[in-house]
Amino acid sequence: MSDLWSLYSEKVMEHFKNPRNVGEIENPDGVGRVGNPVCGDVMELYIKVNDGIIVDAKFKTFGCGAAIASSSMVTEMVKGNSIEEALKISNKAVAEALDGLPPVKMHCSVLAEDALKSAIEDYLEHQKLKKQT
Amino acid sequence: MRRIYLDHAATTPTRPEVVKAMLPYFTDAFGNPSSIYSYGQEARGAVEEARTEVAELIGARSEEIIFTSGGTEADNYALKGVAYANEHKGNHIITTSIEHHAVMEVCKFLERRGFRITRLPVDKYGLVAPDDVKKAITNKTILISVMHANNQVGTIEPVEEIGKIAREAGVYFHTDAVQTVGHIPVNVDELKVDLLAISAHKFYGPKGVGALYARKGTRLVSLMHGGEQEKRRRAGTEDVPAIVGLGKAVELAGKEMGKEAERLAYLRDKLIKGLVEKIDHIRLNGHPTRRLPNNVNVSVDFVEGESLLLNLDLEGVCASTGSACSSASLEPSHVLLALGLPAEQAHGSLRFTLGRENTEADVEQVLEVLPGIVARLRAMSPLLKTQK
Repeated sequence: MSDLWSLYSEKVMEHFKNPRNVGEIENPDGVGRVGNPVCGDVMELYIKVNDGIIVDAKFKTFGCGAAIASSSMVTEMVKGNSIEEALKISNKAVAEALDGLPPVKMHCSVLAEDALKSAIEDYLEHQKLKKQT
Repeated sequence: MRRIYLDHAATTPTRPEVVKAMLPYFTDAFGNPSSIYSYGQEARGAVEEARTEVAELIGARSEEIIFTSGGTEADNYALKGVAYANEHKGNHIITTSIEHHAVMEVCKFLERRGFRITRLPVDKYGLVAPDDVKKAITNKTILISVMHANNQVGTIEPVEEIGKIAREAGVYFHTDAVQTVGHIPVNVDELKVDLLAISAHKFYGPKGVGALYARKGTRLVSLMHGGEQEKRRRAGTEDVPAIVGLGKAVELAGKEMGKEAERLAYLRDKLIKGLVEKIDHIRLNGHPTRRLPNNVNVSVDFVEGESLLLNLDLEGVCASTGSACSSASLEPSHVLLALGLPAEQAHGSLRFTLGRENTEADVEQVLEVLPGIVARLRAMSPLLKTQK
């Protein structure tokens, strides 16, 4: 049905075979959930933040090889970043770090960027509420 | 690593006997069948022999067989050919919501050009109700096209009953038999079809060749214009080696398919049983008994098909999926959606189609590796806990 095998880079396949940071974080500081099972992709990203630095990130993903590899890569990239740095991670950067994605799979890297942004927003929202109380 | 090919509905390896039969027609007997000297007549003889083989397998007459470039051309020819030859009688075509793209897209093409298309629904097993066909017929109906067996879920349609209805109404009836010819008995008189599409590479013949059966008297407009080949119904110098290959594949299938179907059905049922026993939240797609002998199609909840396929490929197992993620269109299988599956279950579908080289050990190997793959993917699926 498809020839995606040959389209995926070795890096994508490597992250697909051995995804990093799979799972959930207990008591996370931020959670992002994006995608829709109807479209075939759901990504959940958890972050732990200490003094404005993302010290841990984990993910759970329902999706294709590119979605899983993108999730794995974005969690690797974000660890050790400040919130400001993390907000600058673009889908392109995720795709480039994976040595590229096939054009039909670029939306998977977009999903990874969105999941990260959504987890950070969730974190910032909590921070705001904390300050208010 | 041992590779296990379980995608025979996509294509099959060409049998060595078929290749051997084809070879002389590239080099020694290379003549143009339209030429009157001996080289040409050798080639002509081989083409006519193949035509007889195909006709005999499906209970047709030789002159009712038109060689084509494959199943897609045969379907195109049947639909466009009948539509444009019968425009004066009406513009209505009845088909189903689970056809192969070679029929579905032709219907869309005709629709854009003023034909009216009725696409009948199917039940949860993928069966078309003959009564729905009957009710859909109007005095403008010129053609009914219902596939013999579905390529994705393996459901065998009640073509014979629909054929009866079509004949009573005096409407041409086409069936896409690409998944059945060479695998299970197909007889054009029993099925009461006027047109039937065949593809060689689905039953161990070469790619790029097929045939359209057109019952004597069926009015067709040609797709190809040029020389007088195929009694002026399909211009272009015949692909003699490919046609010879088709003939040989038909000959072998005719002798062997009965036993082979029994063997495959046994393996199919073993695989279905094993999958259901070993994996939770898995269900069979398609009909439990009215089913192609080699087709297994399941939906695995909480996981996505392409990631299943990639993991299976890493274990040497080649299968296929109806997930959007494995296609350029990003749309899940129209067949699975027509069966009423929610999109997420269509995304989690896996199709295994067995063939000649497969053994019981292959089935056991799938049953050995798949549960672990599913467990691993489910462990990283955010859908599982939300469903709990």
